[in-house]
Amino acid sequence: MNLSYAECTARERLAHLLDAGSFHEWLPPAERVTSPHLAQLGVPGAFDDGVAIGRATLAGRTVFVAAQEGVFMGGGVGEVHGAKLVGLLQRALRDRPAAVLLLAESGGVRLHEANAGLIAVSEVMRAVLDVRAAGIPVITLIGGANGCFGGMGIVARCTDHIVMSDSGRLAMSGPEVIEASFGVEEFDSRDRALVWRTTGGKHRWLTGDCDALVEDDVQAFRAAAIAALGAAKAVTPALLEAEHALLSARLREMPPPSDDSDDATALWQRLGIADAQRIPDMDVAAVHALRAAAEVPR
Amino acid sequence: MSNSAGLEILDFSFPGRRIADAFPPVLVGVVGSGNLEVMLESAAGDDCSVRIETSARGFGPIWRAVLADFHERHPLGGIRISINDMGATPAVVSLRLGQAVAELPGASS
Repeated sequence: MNLSYAECTARERLAHLLDAGSFHEWLPPAERVTSPHLAQLGVPGAFDDGVAIGRATLAGRTVFVAAQEGVFMGGGVGEVHGAKLVGLLQRALRDRPAAVLLLAESGGVRLHEANAGLIAVSEVMRAVLDVRAAGIPVITLIGGANGCFGGMGIVARCTDHIVMSDSGRLAMSGPEVIEASFGVEEFDSRDRALVWRTTGGKHRWLTGDCDALVEDDVQAFRAAAIAALGAAKAVTPALLEAEHALLSARLREMPPPSDDSDDATALWQRLGIADAQRIPDMDVAAVHALRAAAEVPR
Repeated sequence: MSNSAGLEILDFSFPGRRIADAFPPVLVGVVGSGNLEVMLESAAGDDCSVRIETSARGFGPIWRAVLADFHERHPLGGIRISINDMGATPAVVSLRLGQAVAELPGASS
């Protein structure tokens, strides 16, 4: 029964997460709307440019949905891929579905497409905020093996609601990028425990960066997405000020660098979470109990 | 046969003996290292046409052999096969082609 979300392709996620047979795709593979850039670089394209978009029903409610394929170019956002996301969001403004779901799995901008990809990601952010301003919730699901990084990490944090599995990852710069920029002493990208302590679903949930933490199971993601259908949060100055206050508080909580204890564990301790050292070994249910006890903001 | 910067485009055609009824497009696989995507579509005529775009240049004879072997097992006609390949091995290509045919309507016959 348990179907790993991480191991599914983007299309398998759509097939199992949405109401059965309800997904209607726009610009499907047979339309061949593909990258105009990759062939010039000798890189094969994909018929859907790495993202499937369309409408579907979720528990009977009409939703718009996009699913990024992490295996194709690491889910990187190129010109066409980004335009499909923007088009989906703009159509939501017109048709007003109950929600827009982003099944995000991406390293961010597709570097092969450079400026076109950067512009595309910024257009996605603007479109997300427009949809939110219209009162339609945008819900991000993160549980693919590639995580959600770079520009798509920012996009995710621009949305109303984030659902992550404990194996999901969310951050701006990816581990290899941090190591390349600041050296292995600052961040060892091959230290998988460190990577998950600082970007993984448990950490993001404990610190309030994601709203729901679920098992790596497609049905768990489906249940969390259904629960989030009413999760619209109006983007107001008060909401932004609360966000800034949360981030300022976290910065104050950050312990000074120490050789004895890693930063993530020390932060969890300062948030009042018991047994912080044991968190990496805990299952999702045990982590849920921890945050309830500590009453982390949000 | 290929464009300037590295991708190789290969075209093959086989005479079909089992003409497929019209069907909605089928897509299997993903374009990733050592993998490929295969799309099947209905086409006019009795042939099975195949177009491959691949980053692994110089394997035309192997593609021909793998596709001829596939066509012997599934002598389909009225069908267009489109492939985006990132260096899949012949065994993976055969499996993906078989997977795509298995998703055709009435494929169990």
